[in-house]
Amino acid sequence: MKIAVLSGKGGAGKTFAAVNLACVALEACYVDCDVEEPNGHLFLKPLNVWTQRVSVMVPVFDVEKCTGCRVCVDFCRYNALALARGKVLHFKEACHSCGGCVLLCPAAAADYSTHEIGMIREGKSGGVRVLTGVLDAGEATGVPIIRELAGRMPKEEICVIDCPPGSACPVMESIKEADYCLLVAEPTAFGVHDLAMALELVRLFEKPAGALLNKCLPGENPARKLCMNTGLDILAEIPFDLETGRMISGGEAAVLKSPFLKAVFLGLLAKIKEEMQK
Amino acid sequence: MMVIIPLDAGRLDAHVFISFGRAPWFALFDTARNTLKFIENSAAQNQGGAGIKAAQAALDLGAQAVIAPRLGQNAADVLLAADVKVYEAWDGSVEENIALFTAGKLKTLTQVNPGIHGDGAS
Amino acid sequence: MKKLVLLSGKGGTGKTTLAGAFIKMADSKAYADCDVDAPNLHLIAALKTAAKEEAFFGLEKAVIDTEKCTDCGLCEAVCRFDAIGGGRVDAYFCEGCGVCVEFCPAGAVAMVPHVSGKTMLYADGERVFSTARLAMGSGNSGKLVTEVKKRLSENMKWDGIAVIDGSPGIGCPVIASVTGADMVLMVAEPSVSGMSDLARIVKTAQTLRVRIGVCINKWDLGGEMAEEIEQYCREEGIDFLGRVPFDPAVIRELNAGRSIAEAEESPAKTAIKDVFLKAVQILYEQ
Repeated sequence: MKIAVLSGKGGAGKTFAAVNLACVALEACYVDCDVEEPNGHLFLKPLNVWTQRVSVMVPVFDVEKCTGCRVCVDFCRYNALALARGKVLHFKEACHSCGGCVLLCPAAAADYSTHEIGMIREGKSGGVRVLTGVLDAGEATGVPIIRELAGRMPKEEICVIDCPPGSACPVMESIKEADYCLLVAEPTAFGVHDLAMALELVRLFEKPAGALLNKCLPGENPARKLCMNTGLDILAEIPFDLETGRMISGGEAAVLKSPFLKAVFLGLLAKIKEEMQK
Repeated sequence: MMVIIPLDAGRLDAHVFISFGRAPWFALFDTARNTLKFIENSAAQNQGGAGIKAAQAALDLGAQAVIAPRLGQNAADVLLAADVKVYEAWDGSVEENIALFTAGKLKTLTQVNPGIHGDGAS
Repeated sequence: MKKLVLLSGKGGTGKTTLAGAFIKMADSKAYADCDVDAPNLHLIAALKTAAKEEAFFGLEKAVIDTEKCTDCGLCEAVCRFDAIGGGRVDAYFCEGCGVCVEFCPAGAVAMVPHVSGKTMLYADGERVFSTARLAMGSGNSGKLVTEVKKRLSENMKWDGIAVIDGSPGIGCPVIASVTGADMVLMVAEPSVSGMSDLARIVKTAQTLRVRIGVCINKWDLGGEMAEEIEQYCREEGIDFLGRVPFDPAVIRELNAGRSIAEAEESPAKTAIKDVFLKAVQILYEQ
């Protein structure tokens, strides 16, 4: 079972929820799809980590075979190619790796090569297998790494997917294979605004979903209101607590220290399993 | 020789434009015939790679020199690969820049803005 | 016009909160929200006039004409983005490369314009607020961010501080927000995650050669980490502009649609003012 944890808003508690959910499941896989700023590994502190670099395809051009016909330059919709003095120039950061130029070259002068954009790290933290995607600083997009992570997710265990913030491409790729989406909500106007967008995406992909109200403060909770208005089930609520905040700040997995939070997350996992059985 | 200048409009009193790739217009100054033409820059509306496309268009028009206030890495890479000379524009109209260029008063542009990801062409 | 961009790397550190406060403190006449994926600035800084909305067209996307399609499956085979299945193009995954169009033997695939977001421009004659929203599941937010900033520079004549609220992360949209900026202020969170993310965004910003300053928000929630962040700034030679304490007044004001700058004096307001003044000093010393 694959559970994607998302929020729309950054800082609502996605990693907090994903890490702790993975910890309370007896055996699980935690997948960090926030490849621009991965944090789960800071809490899980995986051991025996092995690293594999991730590359994207980039074209290379054989200047001897090139006839300067311009088919590739004129075809590229990203303007990643130019022809100057009979030599084709390729611009990596504009390239989407579609392979069109290689396929279309009439002189077979173009071929596939690779360009590294980041890596995937895999390790073990107790019973949790930790998969972390990391984008190299300076690279434009981590979507290819997320796709690679999706391909590595095990089919048997419980898999908890820590999604990036927002509701654009990277989030879409992260929830693509999910069986259930857990939306983490913070009780602020900003949080609710972004949560609505994340919920829209989840509904668009027709994923079963539920909410975790996090950092709850006394008084009216605008996130609760949104859940009620949109028919989103509230599966658990966690109060704002300075001690919990300090644990998170210090990089500790809360369920290992707090019996209260352990109980909350065990309950949450049970509820999600129950929802999936329906 | 053909000199290309990015502009904010297609007129003699138009001002030089800060971005090469996204300039709405280009002036084409033919030094041999002493003629001046204006064309719209189709690259300006592109999703991405505007600098690359605009520079390619400049090469296709036979540009041997470019006068611009600044250049991004991508446009620079394309132009320099074709040995196009790049001059630093005077912050004024196209008319003023052509006069200064003809009098040999413009210096070479040395400041090229680094590519957004630090790379350029390969 | 001096352009100040607020970034963080990590989400939820308080970029928008500080951006909203700076806008009031600087009496900024031009500001923008470049977090086009999840824009929030309009919730506290919208002008009274209605926004002018315009559809934003990203890359064209492929569409299959089912009448002409012969089900040969060649398009699916050449698509590197797994966007084609069962004779249909999934617009959410199509990246608009056009390879399928070239290879379809029946000429059944065409590229069509695709709305991937909308820009919103608030202008009341005196001030300009440029923002946008990326359509769900869209990519290419770098171009939309550039559009947002373009509208801002259409108010170039004003000589003050343009405040630009950035997005989390380190990718294309963040990089697009920074190009042309006079200064980037990183809003850091005092936590292990916050420190890790800060280092990555600083590294990214350093490749863009822009002046960087750092401040810590909600600093008292992680005192030790706050020390570590200050130490990091010293080691990297980055200006440290101060610490802002956690203050419930901030959330109260935000939830009421107001910036903390509009409230009575509070610990956060005082500290934010301090950070703001230091940023102004740096902006004008160059």
